[in-house]
Amino acid sequence: MRAVTDTAIVTHRNIRHLVRTPQLLVFATIQPVMFTLLFVYVFGGAIRTPGLEYVNYLLPGILTQTTLFGGTATAVGLAQDLNEGMIDRFRSLPMARSAVLAGRTLADAIRNVFVIGLIVGVGTAVGFRFHGSVGGALAAFGIALLFGYAFSWVFAVVALIVRQVEGAQVASLLIVFPLVFASSAFVPVASMPGWLQVFTRHQPVSVTVGSVRALTQGTSAGTLPLTSVAWSLGILALAAPLAVTLYRRL
Amino acid sequence: MAATPAVEALGLVKHYGAVRALDGVDLSVEEGTVLGLLGPNGAGKTTLVRIIATLLVPDAGTARVAGHDVRSEARAVRAAIGLAGQFAAVDALLSGRENLVLVGRLYGLSARQAALRAESLLERLGLADAADRLVRGYSGGMRRRLDLGASLVGRPSVLILDEPTTGLDPRTRIELWEIVEGLVRDGTTVLLTTQYLEEADRLAGRIVLIDNGLTIAEGTPDELKERLGADVIDARLRHVDQGEIALAALASLATLSPPGGPAPTWHAEGRRLRIPSAGGAATLLETLRALDAAGIEIEDISLHRPSLEDVFLTLTGRGAGDA
Repeated sequence: MRAVTDTAIVTHRNIRHLVRTPQLLVFATIQPVMFTLLFVYVFGGAIRTPGLEYVNYLLPGILTQTTLFGGTATAVGLAQDLNEGMIDRFRSLPMARSAVLAGRTLADAIRNVFVIGLIVGVGTAVGFRFHGSVGGALAAFGIALLFGYAFSWVFAVVALIVRQVEGAQVASLLIVFPLVFASSAFVPVASMPGWLQVFTRHQPVSVTVGSVRALTQGTSAGTLPLTSVAWSLGILALAAPLAVTLYRRL
Repeated sequence: MAATPAVEALGLVKHYGAVRALDGVDLSVEEGTVLGLLGPNGAGKTTLVRIIATLLVPDAGTARVAGHDVRSEARAVRAAIGLAGQFAAVDALLSGRENLVLVGRLYGLSARQAALRAESLLERLGLADAADRLVRGYSGGMRRRLDLGASLVGRPSVLILDEPTTGLDPRTRIELWEIVEGLVRDGTTVLLTTQYLEEADRLAGRIVLIDNGLTIAEGTPDELKERLGADVIDARLRHVDQGEIALAALASLATLSPPGGPAPTWHAEGRRLRIPSAGGAATLLETLRALDAAGIEIEDISLHRPSLEDVFLTLTGRGAGDA
């Protein structure tokens, strides 16, 4: 019980941070909007996506990519708290040890809810449409959020190892970039060289993007959603205990 | 039989790779007293304090705070302590009030209790007017007071202050001292680390000097000053290469200090010769004659009561602030 209350208290504190650093929020939202516009109007014309309009192909990719980018806020925020002595303060209090990390990752997830809403809004303005059921769309959002949440814990591990703001940010982006660009988020996997397809087809970003795409477009999702959830839970099961252990050993 | 000390550490050892930050330190703070932990940068003060605050696990040795073991009963220790650090761990993006409420809630207070506690602390620390401003707009002194406030939210029986006034202006420093003195009057035990001898002299009933991870002296400020003998002659030489010659010239002076007592020391970095003097003004005269006869050029010389600074220089061979 104590862990739940403490997590809620820390989450509330982190949400206040988000609201009070509008510049962070602005950059975090401009980036996906810019990607959407760039890909729809600049690269889109050159990319063939059989059976789907490009904007409908792209938006699930942007959505997944953004929840992943959102998680890097965990790395930055945690590294900042480490350097500014807040973590020492928390660790000297008789509070639940897991609450600092859980409150941090949860705050990112809450932010991702807003960012998903924003992307759907911008997407709709440039031609994105849902072609599946409402339930499918909600499931798609849930899958993307869970995926971002799982990666928040990976970034928590990064911050606890690197312990320095710029370093944690760069290290997180090094994880994010290959996963996002060597995936089916922006271009069909079939257009890539054969050896790369082995990776891109099965890696978690592609699986998650594929799920979101199928669920929002009403096409057959097959085992993709289950595979994505399994990836997320697997990543969580590894990263969360590792992060808590690193936190205890600081 | 004396009561259990509020803080008790036995044989604490902590290594960082090949560096022995702590090399078997004992420490005991009686309830309701202030212990000043004094030492140069890198002496091991912060490591020791972090172990006692449960932030760091020692490689060997034990520590108990308010009767609880820092390793096996860390949570009970955390409930008993308040920690104010040298880097003012307050949240810049929250207001002063929000900071204290946050800490209060994490101590397990209800929202209402936490709000009341925050209110009374803001009042006590003179932050009531700034309570609802974001901390990023606070001055250094205000941050430090808020940090102290955060450490008091849980009504700690043991307050740990890690260099509480480092970098503060003299006026703010005195304000903080007065707050700490008030807490001690109310029965709080304080463990204080500092580089400022003046601070230890004013606040601490007992002082532990540590250097290179070892306790090198312990006692009341007066006892430590006693150890140096009555007075100190402080001479600055013109030429750094005359230090050893001067020591040799003084070695033959019997009246300098009692046999087995502290000997004159030479500190090349300030070209300073420190001479414990049992004979007061007579010794000063003899010292001047001996140095003059040896051809030593003196820039200035003085005779004064020993300060903690002298204790420090004599025992560690360097100043408190030197790295």
